[in-house]
Amino acid sequence: MIRTSGLVKRYGDVVALDGLDLLVPQGEVLGLLGPNGAGKTTAVRILTTLLEADSGEAEVAGLNVQTQPEKVKERIGLSGQNAAIDEHLTGFENLDMVGRMYHLGRRRSRERARELLERFSLTDAGDRPAKTYSGGMRRRLDLAAALVAEPQVLFLDEPTTGLDPRSRSQMWETIQDLVRGGSTVLLTTQYMEEADQLCDDIVVIDKGRKIAEGTADQLKKQVGGERIEVVLVDLADLPAAGAVLRSLAVDEVQIDEPSRRLTAGVSGGVDDLRLVLQGLSEAGVAVVDVGLRRPTLDDVFLSLTGHHTEEEEPAAGDAKPGKGAKVKDTKKEAVR
Amino acid sequence: MSSLALALADGAVVAKRNLIKITRVPEVLIWTTMSPIMFVLLFAYVFGGSIEIAGADYKEYLMAGIFAQTVIFGSTFTGAGLAEDMTKGIIDRFRSLPISKAAVLIGRTGSDIFYNAISIAVMSLTGLAVGWRIRTSLAEAIAGLLLLLLFSYAVSWIMAYVGLKVSSVEVVNNASFMFIMPLVFIANTFVPSDNLPGPLRTFAEWNPISALAQAVRELFGNTGSNPPADVWSLQNPVLYTLISVAAILAVFVPLSIRQYGKAAAR
Repeated sequence: MIRTSGLVKRYGDVVALDGLDLLVPQGEVLGLLGPNGAGKTTAVRILTTLLEADSGEAEVAGLNVQTQPEKVKERIGLSGQNAAIDEHLTGFENLDMVGRMYHLGRRRSRERARELLERFSLTDAGDRPAKTYSGGMRRRLDLAAALVAEPQVLFLDEPTTGLDPRSRSQMWETIQDLVRGGSTVLLTTQYMEEADQLCDDIVVIDKGRKIAEGTADQLKKQVGGERIEVVLVDLADLPAAGAVLRSLAVDEVQIDEPSRRLTAGVSGGVDDLRLVLQGLSEAGVAVVDVGLRRPTLDDVFLSLTGHHTEEEEPAAGDAKPGKGAKVKDTKKEAVR
Repeated sequence: MSSLALALADGAVVAKRNLIKITRVPEVLIWTTMSPIMFVLLFAYVFGGSIEIAGADYKEYLMAGIFAQTVIFGSTFTGAGLAEDMTKGIIDRFRSLPISKAAVLIGRTGSDIFYNAISIAVMSLTGLAVGWRIRTSLAEAIAGLLLLLLFSYAVSWIMAYVGLKVSSVEVVNNASFMFIMPLVFIANTFVPSDNLPGPLRTFAEWNPISALAQAVRELFGNTGSNPPADVWSLQNPVLYTLISVAAILAVFVPLSIRQYGKAAAR
């Protein structure tokens, strides 16, 4: 349903996309995972006809994005990272307007608006201006707007960025319901956990290039899964603590002496954590901190590229993403 | 559906959205109509007593100028509205929908006719209150009002281009102020162009805003016995105004639509 090959987009000297290839089969949810400025939004903007690629091919729902943008627009739904709804209109008026713009006709647009308000638990708020909505409600309304014409392909650009944890998990449930219905979805995110929860397949991109691809499990395996981290009070306990960790570790125990920190990959989750605590207290080792860490996007990056997400070169990291970040800030202010 | 019919139908949806906004933020409309009232009162009472124009009553002469000025300032609304939609990302939503490329602009310029119609109505009432009178037929008076709306519609398309091009509502307002002020004042809006020095006088005589003010003045019968300047533009002000409107639309409609196609959310 979505296919790109060799997609390139430059902004001046900055390369936003550097030959990106993507393939999303019908009914699949592909997660495009990457840090700010990796090119996720650029890819979505090209696929949704908002931006023209410098070179490469892009196809959505069997249509060429460059040559048949008008037809593509009839078959897609877009929910952006900045809830693109009109805050002076009510939820109903927003959805009704979008329906009219998909040329559903007056009656069908109204019906559809009511249906979607119901489905996204916005019925009560449906006749209030969207200005009065919480962040989570706005995102739901924005998502509803993307679904008005029952699109064949759905683009969700960072659907939960900026939401509080509760709204985020609500949004996840909503999206999970949606994908159970068999929608083809391209979802971008900065959160490993989100990709894990929602996506069949994940493509990790950095600086406009694909650096890894696979299911969440495959990627985690590549990254090393969960890790237990121990910070010691006294460096003298290092050998004892190392022995405890080694008994459970699935890989080499890493030791960072200056920070008195040991980490090891484990496979047993919380059970392993309990065993480590038990082992440490039996050995009489005092600790400042013990924790179970799940791989984050940063870990994925570190293991795939050898650099942290924040350590991008300023030139590549700042030009376009800097602009994006600024936009986001001003929008947050506007929302307040 | 033909592409023009589609553009108009989609434009109507956008216009409806803009008009709903007026009911949600009525303050905007109130302040938009306050400024014409202020201008009528300021000019009528501050300058009205000091400025003498041979063969005409200054208060009556002045009204056409204030009408022209107000509808031109009113058209900045178009630019500000579009710039706001750009910064809020709603333009991205519109651009991802299968609507005509012209729809957002047709809707915006269309709904702004409503704003201008309201300010013209308020201004007329204020003018009547301070002693302005229409001295021609009803048909001519209506023609005068329609000419004002038509001209402001054309200027709206210039402002649409500016609004899509620049980065923020504030910039639209300040930038257009810089251009509109001289255009409105170097004209026969508030004083006859005959008294201006050489190049300014030529500019004023061929300034479409002069022609608009002159046309409206004639259609309202407010010229007194004062003959218009002896240049073609002011001898045939209605025709010259219509030509200007056509020229502005011919340039800025395609230019704005193209800019809309290129516009990326900021």
